[in-house]
Amino acid sequence: MILTIAGTELRRMFYSPLAWAILAVVMFILGLVFLILVDNYMSTIQAQLIGVPGAPGVTDVVIAPVIFWASVIMLTVSPLQTMRALSEERQQGSLTLLTSAPLSTTELVLGKYLALLLFILVLLGLVALMPLSLSGGTNLGWGKILAGLLGLFLLLASFSAAGLYISSQTKTPLIAAMCSFGLLVFLVVLYMSGSAEGTASQLFIYLSHFGHMLSFLAGLFDSSDLVYYLLFSVAFLILTIRRLDNERLQH
Amino acid sequence: MSDEILVSAESLYRFYSQHCAVADLSLRLRRGEVLGLLGPTGAGKTSTLQMLSGNLAPSAGRIIINGIDLLDAPKRAKAYIGYLPERPPLYPDLTVDEYLTYCGRLHRVARLSLGAAVNEVKMRCGLTDVGRRLIGNLSKGYQQRVGIAQALIHSPLIVILDEPTVGLDPVQIREIRTLIRELAPNHGVILSTHILPEVQAICDSVQIIHAGRTVFNDSLSGLSERHGLMGLIVAFRSPPTTKELSRLAGVQAVEPLAGGRLRIVHGDTAVLETVVWASVENNWGLRELTPERSTLEQIFMDLVHNEYDTDSQASAGVQTAP
Repeated sequence: MILTIAGTELRRMFYSPLAWAILAVVMFILGLVFLILVDNYMSTIQAQLIGVPGAPGVTDVVIAPVIFWASVIMLTVSPLQTMRALSEERQQGSLTLLTSAPLSTTELVLGKYLALLLFILVLLGLVALMPLSLSGGTNLGWGKILAGLLGLFLLLASFSAAGLYISSQTKTPLIAAMCSFGLLVFLVVLYMSGSAEGTASQLFIYLSHFGHMLSFLAGLFDSSDLVYYLLFSVAFLILTIRRLDNERLQH
Repeated sequence: MSDEILVSAESLYRFYSQHCAVADLSLRLRRGEVLGLLGPTGAGKTSTLQMLSGNLAPSAGRIIINGIDLLDAPKRAKAYIGYLPERPPLYPDLTVDEYLTYCGRLHRVARLSLGAAVNEVKMRCGLTDVGRRLIGNLSKGYQQRVGIAQALIHSPLIVILDEPTVGLDPVQIREIRTLIRELAPNHGVILSTHILPEVQAICDSVQIIHAGRTVFNDSLSGLSERHGLMGLIVAFRSPPTTKELSRLAGVQAVEPLAGGRLRIVHGDTAVLETVVWASVENNWGLRELTPERSTLEQIFMDLVHNEYDTDSQASAGVQTAP
């Protein structure tokens, strides 16, 4: 049942121009970033690093920044993707179809979430093409790249869970997009304030989702970071389920 | 109609913060029955149907769907229900075929019989020609039909339709009414409407709701038995005595009304002709001849609008008070 919902949701995403526009814009910008980084590496950095022992390779200098950029762009774009999930359905009255069908709210929410995750996987697949295009000419640190992509996946999954929850709060997709964007930026600001001098607080850094992504980019697979993302996503999914259940009770 | 009870709701209440939308409403639906919920706008029809379909939890009360408590086991109970909400729950970016297939899968129609189910429901709702068109591009009438098709795809035991004929043209309305009558023998149908003739055309029983309460609840056949007498309002230039009128064939009683009008109570519409003939022969000078409203309409107006009148008079009184 979850798969049925996810399948149709994913299909509907790609029927609307929004998903294509998102993929096109993200890939265009990332492509440019990638090009600039590769160009920069070839013309200046490579020459400087010759002979330096333990110098960072192309994976660190080019691929990691591309993945980081992908996460920054998605910070602004993923609210647009999640805003539709529930608030648009509610606006056009189609949510009743799912709430009258013999399914639990958990199945409904997980179906929607799975569709968002599948969309993220499509995006990641396209992002992964960039390092792949370099693999013909040089040796890449695949472990690092995979860790980076895993980090990006977890980060985007947490974006989606938060966006899904906020989308369940309102009838107006634009408000949902604006609020999820606000929440995501807030978490970045939390990271900044946590790492600012003087007021630095490890708690703020821990709470912010971006901090946990950085270790993945460095090629570190820290299970505490994994747990953070899982907790973050699961918490927002549970909140969404509760919110939808509540809707029957109160108006 | 069999005695098997498909839906039984007991003393439902629903509050929206302080506002009470539904109060002490009970309802029963048997297999083979078409039950019409009739009431003016804002009477609580939609809230009632939302509760019966499991989309809204009642503040108090119990709903039993085919022996299963809707609040305890919503998943199992909902499997018996097909529900068309006020706004059909459509995805404008899917085609009719895709949408109905999705609905069928949501309602766990077996994969093998899904294609047949979609085709059958399309045929029943007159959607065969638009199967490959996007729902968003269809006219409102067709969208409404897709909404009805969605409620029937899994041939549910209980069909709940919230104003099913709204936005349809007269031909489509007739088709939908025929469809509902066709459903009746094996299913139970609850529909809400504010159109009186609709209830008379398709319902077996009627429950009139006003301000969240049931004000009338009877089967249509019982209704005509109990209220079999009909009225005729007449006025003459030189009125005959009531005795003269009561002697006419078919007249059962004559009551004088204000303004020189008379009400003739009769059991047969042939009395109209008799009255006109008598008027011509005796030169009474018939000036007015109005058959009284059909009984259901009369009951509806009496129950609902008298209350409005007293309400408005009361509020008018308050306004003029010093």
